[in-house]
Amino acid sequence: MLSADDLLAIRLTLQLAMVTTFFLLLLGIPLAWWLARSRRRYKGAVAAVVALPLVLPPTVLGFYLLILMGPQGWLGQLTQTLGLGLLPFTFPGLVIASCLYSLPFVVQPIQNAFESIGDKPLEAAATLRASPWDAFVTVALPLAKPAIVTAAILGFAHTVGEFGVVLMMGGNIPGVTRVISVQIYSHVEAMEYAQAHWLAGGLLLFSFVVLLLLQRFRPDKSFC
Amino acid sequence: MVVESCGIRLCCRRPLAAFLLAVDLTLPGQGCTVFFGPSGAGKSTLLRFIAGLDRIDGGVLYINGACWQDAERNIFLAPHRRAVGYVFQDARLFAHLNVRDNVLYGLRRVPEATRRVAWQQAVDLLGIEALLPRPVATLSGGERQRVAIARALATSPSVLLLDEPLAAVDLARKQEILPYLERLHQSLQIPMLYVSHAPEEVARLADHLVLLDQGQVVAQGGLTETLAQLDLPIQLAEEKGVVWQTVVAERDATWHLCRVAFAGGSLWTRDRGLAVGEAARVRILARDVGLSLTAQSHTSIQNQLPGRISAIVADTHPGLALVQLRIGSSPLVARLTERSVAALGLQVGGAVWAQVKAVALL
Repeated sequence: MLSADDLLAIRLTLQLAMVTTFFLLLLGIPLAWWLARSRRRYKGAVAAVVALPLVLPPTVLGFYLLILMGPQGWLGQLTQTLGLGLLPFTFPGLVIASCLYSLPFVVQPIQNAFESIGDKPLEAAATLRASPWDAFVTVALPLAKPAIVTAAILGFAHTVGEFGVVLMMGGNIPGVTRVISVQIYSHVEAMEYAQAHWLAGGLLLFSFVVLLLLQRFRPDKSFC
Repeated sequence: MVVESCGIRLCCRRPLAAFLLAVDLTLPGQGCTVFFGPSGAGKSTLLRFIAGLDRIDGGVLYINGACWQDAERNIFLAPHRRAVGYVFQDARLFAHLNVRDNVLYGLRRVPEATRRVAWQQAVDLLGIEALLPRPVATLSGGERQRVAIARALATSPSVLLLDEPLAAVDLARKQEILPYLERLHQSLQIPMLYVSHAPEEVARLADHLVLLDQGQVVAQGGLTETLAQLDLPIQLAEEKGVVWQTVVAERDATWHLCRVAFAGGSLWTRDRGLAVGEAARVRILARDVGLSLTAQSHTSIQNQLPGRISAIVADTHPGLALVQLRIGSSPLVARLTERSVAALGLQVGGAVWAQVKAVALL
């Protein structure tokens, strides 16, 4: 059965996934809105950067983040000047890394939804006296709700399953950075296959249930 | 620039794909003005300009004294600050709200002090009481459009813009919605600007007509006068004819006829159930009008109206002529053969009797 260490890893993973999902929605919705509606020329470059984690090995992402946040990196120097210390091997550092790692999984579904909603309902809202912000909150967001739910589930699940970035950025500190996937790795390294089975099987079941759930949140028609 | 305190003053220039949209108009601040013209003549762009959805620099727009846009005074009101009601061709109801919340959406955003159309009035005029609790996905095309009109109306707009509201619905739905639009037109003081390329909508709704072609205004004026013009650059309907605004004056129960009065006389037509005193529009096609020099006594034709010829031009076929005449102040157009014109010696200024074979009550 699950050991105390395993339970700690599960708790940490869920915490990380929840905090990460929260920040991803906070950041991802405005970013998706901008990507869907902006006509700037550098929009394509931004979209490509957002999509990078889809193709990049997590170790590469983790490696650069480690350097960036380390004592010689500009982000590391910034956090040190602010008196926050260094981010690698800490929970906040892990949150930042996870946000970047799962960004495309949150931004892309929401961006697609905003694009398919288009100008028409927003124009209608404007002729009904809704300011742009009002229309965003009362028309665009509710119409994109299925996509936002999908994005949140994907972002959460993807964070739960991350491994490479955590290993590079967070190491393997129990209760601080040792998430489920790292714990599984440790079990296998120590030849504790039964322990590994419990966690691995749990993740498998979790992933299946999440994907099953997603079937229920297919985006419907945006407006009539 | 002189700005009338009532009336709609609009002026805009914008290069479109194939031509320059250049319009400079002063329109009546009440009643229904129809912008008529072929597809792609720039009609919808004009409405979008008025609503502020398309920003056209250098444009000028005053609605009954209120300035919405004037480059000289550096004024451009954002769309949501303009008191417009906009009915889109494709309804554009909000799918996440039911019918009631769709109609309430605009109403809630208008300060109570400026509400002139009551909620109940908007609901009753469009007959949507029974639809209120329904999700919009369950509505038919015609119902959707009625809800969209009620939603626009509920904001108590200074001007109601309708962009081909019937173009996307089938013929049966058109007949379902048109009476609601007529009621709207009769019972509200709000000026309507209506974009259409359907002659029937023009005949039934327009008080004022603006003909647009290739971004230019080619003719404009009161409905009856504009329809009676013999040299319109674009054809308005397959058949030349006029539309008169009349009032039911008398009903004859024995023969199922009713007499409608117009400026300059009255006409008998089939009784369609309108009460005495009600307004009625009638259409008289040029092919249904004959002319004679004296009143006829032995004839089946019910309507003989004395008038005076005001213009004669050749019709599209070399054997035919169009004769414009005045019955009192109302214009009428007759299509005759050139031979009849010559045989009767018809001339501009001559007195004639118009014999009206058929009158269509719209």
